[in-house]
Amino acid sequence: MAGDPDLKTSEDLLLKLEEAGADMVELGIPYSDPLADGPVIQEAASRALSSGTTLKAVLEMLSALKGKLSIPIILFTYTNLLLTIGMEEFCSSAFNAGVSGLVVPDLPLEEALRISPIASSYGLDLILLVAPTTPPERMKRISENSKGFTYLVSVTGVTGERAVMEDRVGGLVKQLKQSSSLPVAVGFGISGPDQISKVKTWGADGAIVGSALVKRIAQASSGLEAKEAADFCKQLKDAAG
Amino acid sequence: MSSTLPSKSKNDDLAANARPSASGRFGRFGGQYVPETLMPALAELELAAAEAWKDPFFTDELSRLLRSYVGRSTPLYEAERLTAHYSRADGGPRIWLKREDLNHTGAHKINNALGQALLALRMGKKRIIAETGAGQHGVATATVCARFGLECVVYMGEEDMRRQALNVFRMKLLGAKVQPVSAGTATLKDATSEAIRDWVTNVESTHYILGSVAGPHPYPMLVRDFHAVIGQETLRQCQEAFGRLPDVLLACVGGGSNAMGLFHPFVQQTNVRMIGVEAAGDGVLTGRHAATITEGRIGVLHGAMSYLLQDDQGQVQEAHSISAGLDYPGVGPEHSYFAEIGRAEYVAVTDKEALNALQLVSELEGIIPALETAHAFAWLEKLCPTLGSGKEVVINCSGRGDKDVNTVAQKLGVDL
Repeated sequence: MAGDPDLKTSEDLLLKLEEAGADMVELGIPYSDPLADGPVIQEAASRALSSGTTLKAVLEMLSALKGKLSIPIILFTYTNLLLTIGMEEFCSSAFNAGVSGLVVPDLPLEEALRISPIASSYGLDLILLVAPTTPPERMKRISENSKGFTYLVSVTGVTGERAVMEDRVGGLVKQLKQSSSLPVAVGFGISGPDQISKVKTWGADGAIVGSALVKRIAQASSGLEAKEAADFCKQLKDAAG
Repeated sequence: MSSTLPSKSKNDDLAANARPSASGRFGRFGGQYVPETLMPALAELELAAAEAWKDPFFTDELSRLLRSYVGRSTPLYEAERLTAHYSRADGGPRIWLKREDLNHTGAHKINNALGQALLALRMGKKRIIAETGAGQHGVATATVCARFGLECVVYMGEEDMRRQALNVFRMKLLGAKVQPVSAGTATLKDATSEAIRDWVTNVESTHYILGSVAGPHPYPMLVRDFHAVIGQETLRQCQEAFGRLPDVLLACVGGGSNAMGLFHPFVQQTNVRMIGVEAAGDGVLTGRHAATITEGRIGVLHGAMSYLLQDDQGQVQEAHSISAGLDYPGVGPEHSYFAEIGRAEYVAVTDKEALNALQLVSELEGIIPALETAHAFAWLEKLCPTLGSGKEVVINCSGRGDKDVNTVAQKLGVDL
């Protein structure tokens, strides 16, 4: 979460995560009413907002990192923030800041279709999400319209760590791989190396770890956030092989 | 008033079958801004509702329970002393109250709770969740869940639980679990977010009885259609009482369900003025208010595009109102649409004006209205002097004030 506890720490985190082997970073822009998020990310967003984090400041921080950071940055945020600044302006400034893609969890296929072309015209991938409740035909349409990769939500629920990963996720990965050539990344509920190995066995191209990482950052002593996050990232990377 | 009436093309837009559009839009408002997990459930709900309305078993059962359990139809009551209070030497309007406060559980909310509970039964969902602000929708939902033996969890902000302790206890008596929400401002907005998160997690077993004409499609339509009975009865009762359509409809607007229920059957009767009264809290200029249409900017909250109280960054702002039921930074998308095309007028009154109105109506009519409802009454101060003799005004008396007695006593400096 950008700005949790402050943007200087976020900058440090991005650099250390790349060093630790992260393939890409999904960076949250804090929003007051994050419907798809569980308590860990909600609290991180509250802390980031309390420290005065704005979209503009996050994009300035990313612009300053251009050249120092080579992995793709994906922004995770909610529709109202995009509407406020305007989709064209949002995409153009995100692109200028070196952002590669966008995940907007309250923007399902029907609403996303209106803005995906705008994102594409600025070179940004609007990544769409598929849920375990998504019927097969709809899953196919989503993966056909997603850009960059398809984000498979592994749980019926909000973001947050889960002790076990349901085996039906394996079937969903397979189904998605059959319906489109786009890579598939699994997220929501992945808490550690074991689940990463499992997701890999199922044939997913990527695993997205949110709450488990955000929790470690929140619990780290001041100044050690990036180190804790990087150590965790290495464990995850090892599990991914 | 001709200048505020919609043009001909706007009238065509107002045809009932065009509202909302197939994609759930009222003009540019509405839509479905929710996590993908919920999309199949919203489609299932829309289909179930469409089939239910065509099924005489469903509509007969709904009518029967509205009659025998809720106590409908509610009277259209001529408020003679209130009328006299506002009459001038040259006369003045006649004031009628649509007595939704006489419904079982004390407010209009049960019309929708009952309808959605019947729908949940049809869909085979045995667990019900709801959000509540003032507690009226929570009580109505807990009531119908008790009636049908459904498990019930009501999300309520901690601040609202404190303000509405009586309703919290009522829900518990009815067998519901009241889940406190401490996130954010601990009011209706946060309770709604938490209910949506519960639904995202338990969507396969659970039906979410949303309590206002807000949220993602099909909720604004679904809730409106269950409350439209208010306007349908009013239409008939006006004919019986004075042989024509009323001139003005007046109702308070938080999310806007009681107002929409009253307005809906009159929307195409463009000579009937519709006025929604929002909560101005300490005053719209103080920043401490809940006057969403009056002061808000278009945004997305809880799944729908509508007017929204938000800062210049797009972060949703805290709303303020003496009335927990109006303390919400959003508003139903169809109200935003009516405001934009000029079909309805939206105004705001302060906490103080609402308190004064609550006392006035109590003393003149022997009816203690809810603090929410008192906002609609308060607008009579501004409206009546502008209306000539022979004008007929219908106020939706949406709820009774028993639940607010502690708050009112405190504001008036009375130690109970």
